[in-house]
Parts: sequence; structure tokens; C-alpha cells
Amino acid sequence: MAVVKEKPREEQLPTRRRKIAATGSDAAAYAVRDADVDVVAVYPITPQAPIAENIAQMIADGELDAELIHVESEHSAMSAAVAAAATGARSFTATSSQGLELMHEILYIASGLRQPVVMALATRALSAPINIWNDYADAMAMRDTSWIMIFSENVQEVYDNLVQAFRIAEHPDVLLPVVVTLDGYILSHTTEALEPLDREEVLSFAPKRPRGYRPVLDPDHPVTIGVLGAPNWYQEVKVQQALAMRESRRVIEETGKEFGKRYGREYGFIEPYYMDDAEVAIVTLGATSSLVKAAVNRLREQGVKAGMVKIRVFRPFPAEELAKVLENVNALGVLDRAVSFGGALEGPLAMEVLSTLAVRGITKPFISFIHGLGGRDIFVKDVVEMYQKLLEAAKSGKSVTRTLFYGVRSRRGHII
Amino acid sequence: MALTKPIKSLWEIPREERFVGGHAACQGCGAALVLRHLTKVVGKDAIIVNATGCMEVISTLFPRTAWRNPWLHLAFENAGAAASGVEAALKALQRKGVLDKNRYIKVVAIAGDGGTFDIGLQSLSGMLERGHDVMYVVYDNEAYMNTGIQRSGATPYGAWTTTTPVGKKFRGEWRPKKDIVGIAYAHRIPYIATANPAYPIDMINKFVKAYNTRGPSLVHVLTPCTPGWRIPESKTIEVAKLAVQTGMWVLLEIENGKPKVTVKVRKRKPVREYLKMQGRFRHLTEEDIKKIQEMVDKYVEEINRWVGEEAIGPVEE
Repeated sequence: MAVVKEKPREEQLPTRRRKIAATGSDAAAYAVRDADVDVVAVYPITPQAPIAENIAQMIADGELDAELIHVESEHSAMSAAVAAAATGARSFTATSSQGLELMHEILYIASGLRQPVVMALATRALSAPINIWNDYADAMAMRDTSWIMIFSENVQEVYDNLVQAFRIAEHPDVLLPVVVTLDGYILSHTTEALEPLDREEVLSFAPKRPRGYRPVLDPDHPVTIGVLGAPNWYQEVKVQQALAMRESRRVIEETGKEFGKRYGREYGFIEPYYMDDAEVAIVTLGATSSLVKAAVNRLREQGVKAGMVKIRVFRPFPAEELAKVLENVNALGVLDRAVSFGGALEGPLAMEVLSTLAVRGITKPFISFIHGLGGRDIFVKDVVEMYQKLLEAAKSGKSVTRTLFYGVRSRRGHII
Repeated sequence: MALTKPIKSLWEIPREERFVGGHAACQGCGAALVLRHLTKVVGKDAIIVNATGCMEVISTLFPRTAWRNPWLHLAFENAGAAASGVEAALKALQRKGVLDKNRYIKVVAIAGDGGTFDIGLQSLSGMLERGHDVMYVVYDNEAYMNTGIQRSGATPYGAWTTTTPVGKKFRGEWRPKKDIVGIAYAHRIPYIATANPAYPIDMINKFVKAYNTRGPSLVHVLTPCTPGWRIPESKTIEVAKLAVQTGMWVLLEIENGKPKVTVKVRKRKPVREYLKMQGRFRHLTEEDIKKIQEMVDKYVEEINRWVGEEAIGPVEE
């Protein structure tokens, strides 16, 4: 058992802000409270349930003045959240895995109707077999739904990303729903230090805009929302949506910078780690990044010029930023925690990264790795092995043309 | 202005049109007629949430709309949930002072039989059980008419549809209609009614009562569908009226759990008269008709027992 010898003194803390111990689920609920959300529609699912419980407690204690709709399914959770947003309310929901799959139909409708719903997704593997542990299969399955997708690496980022999410979603140049992920259990149930903002700060950073700045359901200004779009108009609506997604880049960037200016934690689309002189690099998402960072640290100690890139904003995809930072590596890998079964490569992020580079004429020896499905532990040594594979690729100049599954129980070794 | 007091004559129906002409409903559409009167009752201060279905499709082909009320459509199976979201948002925004606390805005959900009896049942149940202040109107044309007359849980025994066709082995729908009023009743909501456009004063007064209810209410309206029922465009009201006169459709009202028949039928007409008018029942044999008559007799008996009087009388040949 660890013994705390000395209590840290106030002046040793990096800022004068209060630090508290919080799980990712706590952080999500605090962000909802501090953003003064009006309507929360949630259906419980593991590992998202503590978010719902925390919000319910805050409402019961009078800390948050919101309507909590105890919906009978995630499909209804998303439907009610979209309808509340259409009525002009700031609306929030949270889910995981199967819940997200049940919402799927309405995910497209939320973005198609340009309703700024904010959602927390405690990432979890998809059935079957049923599995409640972390991977990114659920998140990857919503990549084409026109939601802005922000991945969090730690508890602080869960909070900060959600606060930014409200500002981004409700921006008149964006008006798209935003999902913020927290790795199931790894972040949703793990306690870390969190520095929450004051509610006044959050409401000044992500202010509620005056009613009527976007069309909402209002008897004095009746609008018809959710029309039938025939072939003569449907395409225009969808192209506008695609353009809004492009336009959101500017707003996301501005928001991340402004957040840094105000609170000392700046956020970009990606977070490069030891990339200035990296010869081999791995691109990954979410809390898995911490693990890859640990492997990079170990390799750097051994004199290997390893680097890694964490993708924070997965939608819109940070193609320019990524291409720039990966331009000078000798070999490149992507670590996915989801499978695109039967894909050209089976890692969904791998395909995304590869097409980003290919279309810009950048070719690098490339390997697609998949590990950590359904909560399978990824060890630092596994990631170190991936880097060694990349060093070989850098030397030979050859890509591996198929995806490699790591950490598999097999007589032939753990790589398939 | 909403109509908040019951009317006694047709002259008292508000003149203002809120579901306006130019929409694409078929001639003689029962549902469009019902919506026209529904919007007259609920007036300006009502937000309408519409499930996917005929009425959504015919009224909102972009860039046109038939709605003078704020109107929202999300999907097929979620009118109950979407209406819950609108109602919760209004409540929160009124409490927080964003919206005027003293202005009452009604949330009205509209869905067909498919969107209510079948795919939307779960969402409806959640809305009723949670006690949202939503008036839910189901227009029942007894099949999936929008997609081309496929059988739904509301399709009556014996009816031809494109998925219960008449062949050598099977002859139309072989199961009875689902009891949606019974399902709503099981939720112990303050107000449930059945209505019929052939009885407009009764129908409008039920809309008024549903409007005045604070909490969930459900009005189940029979809406003849001319292409689906295989009837001429001019016979919508006649068929609807026969449904009541034969006891196939009983005009009920359940206020705070107490059932009542609002339009009593002293002497019933035989079901044959209702069935014979409609192409969807053309294939029925004498034996089939006899069976349907027995089913209706049993249903009428149940209703009479429930309301505690002989509200619907015997068949007069």
C-alpha cells in the first residue's frame, strides 16, 4: 500500500484552481451541470450508467435545473434529445455500445436536421459475443453519421471536451451534433485528478445563445422541421451538411485555442508526441494513446526515435494536420481497437490515415495493427513490438499488406 | 386560440385553417379531414410532432408545407419519444424563464396505426407511463397505407391487404385487430377516447377534452382510406358512419378510468352493410361474414358490460 508522506501544499499546485478526484463519468456529469443543460434523456447501459446516475443525483440535489427524461430505450433517448434541441433547449444524452447501435437511425436524423445535441459515449465493444469492456467498435460505427467526434485521453479531457462540445455544436456556422468519447471503464470508472471550471466560466465560454438565432419550434414563428426531401432537393441538403462539417474545422480550432488561452489547456485536432524527429510513428485514439506514449518513452530510453500521434478530433478528420506531422517518418503504423470486417485493411482508422497520405502523394511503409478488442489488455511490450515491426518496415521499405492482429491467444504466437 | 369548450353545432367549429390546402392527400382522405379539424381545435399555441406516415409525406414535400403550426418529424417509431422531448424542453425553458411561464403550449403527437400499434408502441408506452403532457392522436386507416396497403396490427379480421392477399389457401387477414385503447387504458392515463370523422361534433369535443387534459391523452380515430379500403372517394364519411352503426367501431371515452359510450346505438345494423361497401372485404363468404358478426356481437357485449349499460343495442335485421 502506498503511503502518502507529505500532503502537497497549495502553492505547489500548478494553478490556483481546485483539483478534485473524479472518474470520467463524474467529469461528464460535471460538464453537463456546468453547461446548465436543459434536457437530459438517458437510458442506462454499462459502462455509461454512472453518468446517468450522477446527473440524476445532481437534479435531485438541485445542483442542476434540467428535465430528466427516463426514456424506455436509447432510440427514444436520442429521439427525445433531438426533439428537445429542436424546441430550443440545450440537450444531452449519453450511451455505450448496443445503446449507440439502437440510436443509429436517429444519429443521422440529429445531424440531418442540424440539431446541436451533445452526447457522451463511454466506448464499449459490440455484441456478439456480448462484452461490456472497452474498444472503439461503437464509435467507429458512427463515423459516417455526420456527428463531430472528439476522443478523450483522460478524465480532464472528458470534461474539457464536453465543455467545448456545447460551444462547437451550437455555433451558427456548425449546428451539428457532437459526441465526446470516454474509454469504457478505463476512463468512465477510473479516478483521476480533475480541475473543473466554475459554472460562470463555462457559461461564458459556451454561452447559451438567444432563442431564435436558429429556427426552433415556436408558435410565433412556426417552422416545419423534418420535411420530405425529394431527389430535386435532397442532395443540396446533404452537400450543405458536408460543407458544415468542413466549416466546423475552423470553429473547433478556434474553440480549442480559446480554451487554452483562458484555462491553460490548449486543444488541437491532433496531439503529436515526440514527432519532431520521429523515424517511426503510431497513430491512435483515446486513452489508448497513453499506453502508446509509455511505449514511446521506453523506446526513447533505448535510443529509438519513436513517436506517436493521438487523434483528438476524429470527425472532421484532421487530414492536413496529420499529413504534415507524418511527412518525415520512415515508417508508420495505426493501432485500431475496432475491426472493419472484410475491409481493404481491417483497421478503420488505418484506412482513414492511409487515404489521407495517399491522396497527398505521401507513401510510407505502413502497417495496420489491431489490438485491445473487447477490453483485451494491451501491454506496453506489445506496442514496443509493433514499433519493432515498424523499424523493420522502415529498413526494408515495405508495407505489410494485411492487418496484423496482436495479443491473440494462438499456438502460433500472439500475432495473427 | 384553442377551442377549450365543447361545441354543440357545426357552426361553432373555428373557421381558421391551420392544416391548409395544397397538400398531396388523396381525394376523400379520412386522415387529412381529421387533421384539419384537430388543428382547428388546438389552435396556434400547439407544437405538432408527426410520425413518419401518410400525413407526414403528403403535407411536407420540400419546399412546401401544409402546417401553420410548428411541426416536427423525426422518424416512424418515435412520435411518443419526440413529443416527450418537446414537452420536457418547454417545461425546462418555461421554468428557467426563457419562455413565458403563463403561456400554455400544447404538444400534439400524430401517428398512424403502424406508427402507434406496431413500430411506435414502445415509444408511446414510455410517453404515457412517464406522464408527459402530450395529446396523442392516432389516425387509424387499418394498414400501412403509405407504403402500399400492407397489413398492420390494426388491420381487422378478414381484410385484404397486399401482405394478407386473397389466395387459394389464405383469404385476407386471419387475426383480429389489436386493442390499442385497452393498451392505453392499462397505462392509467387521464383521458382516452375513440373518434370518427362521421361524427364531427363528438370528435371535436373529444379533441377539446384531450386538449384540456394536463397529462397524457390518447384519441384513436378511425380514418377510412379510399385506395386502401377500396371505396369511392365520395364514400369516406358513409363508411365511417356505418362502422359506428354496425358496432364495428364504438365511440368511447375513458375519463380518469371511467368508461362511457358517447354515441349510443340503440339498434345496430348488420356488419354486412359495412363490409359490402368495401373492396377489401369483397372476397368474404357468407360464413366469413357470419364469423365477423359474431366477433362484433362479442365485442359489443364486452363494451356494454364495461360501461355498465346497454349502450350499443342488438342487431336489427
